[in-house]
Amino acid sequence: MNRIDQTFARLREGDSRALIAYLTAGDPHPDRTAELALALERGGADILELGVPFSDPMADGPVIQKASERALRAGTTLEKVIEIIREIRRSSELPVVVFSYLNPVLRYGFEAFAAKIAEAGADGALLTDLNIEAAEEYLEAMRARDLATVFLGAQTSTDERLRQVAQASTGFLYLVSTAGVTGMRETISDAAIPLLERARKATDLPLAIGFGLSRREHIEAVAPYAEGAIVGSAIMRVVEQYGESPELGAKLEELARELKSGLKVPQPATGGVA
Amino acid sequence: MHVIENATLPDSLGRFGPYGGRYVPEILVAPLEQIEQVYFEARQDPAFQAELEELNRQYAGRPTPLYHCKRLSEHLGGAQIYLKREDLLHTGAHKINHCLGQALLVKRMGKKRIIAETGAGQHGVASATVAALFGFECTVYMGEEDMRRQELNVFRMRLLGARVEAVKTGSRTLKDAVTQAMREWTANFETTHYLLGSALGPHPFPVMVRDFQSVIGTEARAQFGEREGGLPDVLFACVGGGSNSLGLFHPFLDAESVRMVGVEAGGRGDALGEHAARFSGEGGAPGVLHGTRSYVLQDEAGQIALTHSVSAGLDYASVGPEHAYLRDQGRVEYTACQDADALAAVRTLARYEGIIPALESAHAVAEAIRRAPSAPGQRFLVNLSGRGDKDIGIFRENMPDLD
Repeated sequence: MNRIDQTFARLREGDSRALIAYLTAGDPHPDRTAELALALERGGADILELGVPFSDPMADGPVIQKASERALRAGTTLEKVIEIIREIRRSSELPVVVFSYLNPVLRYGFEAFAAKIAEAGADGALLTDLNIEAAEEYLEAMRARDLATVFLGAQTSTDERLRQVAQASTGFLYLVSTAGVTGMRETISDAAIPLLERARKATDLPLAIGFGLSRREHIEAVAPYAEGAIVGSAIMRVVEQYGESPELGAKLEELARELKSGLKVPQPATGGVA
Repeated sequence: MHVIENATLPDSLGRFGPYGGRYVPEILVAPLEQIEQVYFEARQDPAFQAELEELNRQYAGRPTPLYHCKRLSEHLGGAQIYLKREDLLHTGAHKINHCLGQALLVKRMGKKRIIAETGAGQHGVASATVAALFGFECTVYMGEEDMRRQELNVFRMRLLGARVEAVKTGSRTLKDAVTQAMREWTANFETTHYLLGSALGPHPFPVMVRDFQSVIGTEARAQFGEREGGLPDVLFACVGGGSNSLGLFHPFLDAESVRMVGVEAGGRGDALGEHAARFSGEGGAPGVLHGTRSYVLQDEAGQIALTHSVSAGLDYASVGPEHAYLRDQGRVEYTACQDADALAAVRTLARYEGIIPALESAHAVAEAIRRAPSAPGQRFLVNLSGRGDKDIGIFRENMPDLD
């Protein structure tokens, strides 16, 4: 059982859901990412999504676009991201999911990617623009090393499609709460909870929901329906604001603590995660 | 030379061999499937074809002439050069061909709004035009740098009732405009069609745009046979995303004797960042950008490279996936033409034939001019995909001797 499964199993025993924190690797600098990840962990993050910056982030809103630009300017490559995972692993058992657009991974090679992230201590990956139809070679490389393959489900996905996406997924299923790109929104989308309810019928995997969740009240609203909530832009906004400031770590820890407090709810009475 | 079984491509997943396919945020899978279904139904529907043909004739100005450049051919003293005059179409370029086709699909889908990206502004103008014709709302995304160098087209789009949104990320050119249009579409797919402007992007755009553009080659083949007899020896077309070139090439693919040359933007030089030559320049390798697998200009780490071309319409880091397939098959030869040679070809064509080509099309003209003297007895057919009115500002900057 890898660290992701262990984390969901542990949380199932207690009274809280997983806080899945997204961090763009290399912003403000690759040397600082591991330290920021550990700050998020201290604040209560249960799983880290470590973003590989990409020049053309098609699914991301302005906050993560700018974070990616800063990270690329600071010289962040997939190779550096792998070093960062190694550095996190030296002092922490925090599950790490590598979050990337396809092209940098394609360039690196699926085999080399799976081998190197596994060796560095990552637990899985999600490739934003790799759909299940084209994933065979990737799945083989990842499965051979017991790495989780997380895929996305969306409000436009039919029930059948959600089943297919869940079948290709291990670790958890990532549900996109809203139409549009990543980024902070005032309220959570009306589509979020119906999607979680449909996904619950489609799979026994833990469900995590992301896109547009930035505040404690958003998280409280979805927590009864999911095993995890994913927060990205709100975190990267703090990184943007505090940049090189020595306070940055403390601010991230504080944000994680605030968000995690919205996830302390009893497990749902309904649901396939028994 | 071999015939390739191209009529059956792409396959059911939208792949041309290892290229093409669909690599998109999951939320766009269903909207793309909808377009695919509506398009494949329409393609079989005689009423749809008849409506498109009527628009092509009465609105766009088809068929376009096939013109024999007698003075230019005599001047070059080798091959005879013919032009397929897509520059004479309404809006001034071939882009109207796939805009009319897609607009009819938008109507079938019951949507009322379109968004589009544009580089040189030709696709943006054609999109704004069909939006006015069909009563759609229209927003066009355009890189800030391209808005500067194609300011006349920006004004034309606004005059036609479209909103033009400046894209201020990355290189502020076509690549960034496509990225931004895709992002907007993930939010508005329920009401809005993304009228993608080239034979690229996720399935079914490459096949759909190619099919709508194939009217170029189908007409040209028939016109050439009737008027000149037989087939041309070599076809030339510029390749940005690849819509005008596939439009000319595709109906000739089964004609073994016909050679085809795709001309990319060679920009200022060979180094990565100085050109937009995905096949023939430094840094081009198979990759995934904007929802399709094709050749992509990229660095060692898989980051998409910046590109340069004097021509905004060719200034793009990737290329339509069918071109990648045709390149690997060896069916089409790809080469690049530098900025200076394209500008020189503009002058030559203007002086010898009284035709001012778009900078994009001038790349194809330049390659034909270069090869003609050593090809006596051959017949070259060049796709003149657009007219140069939009480029007058750039011509003036680069031809100070005329001012």
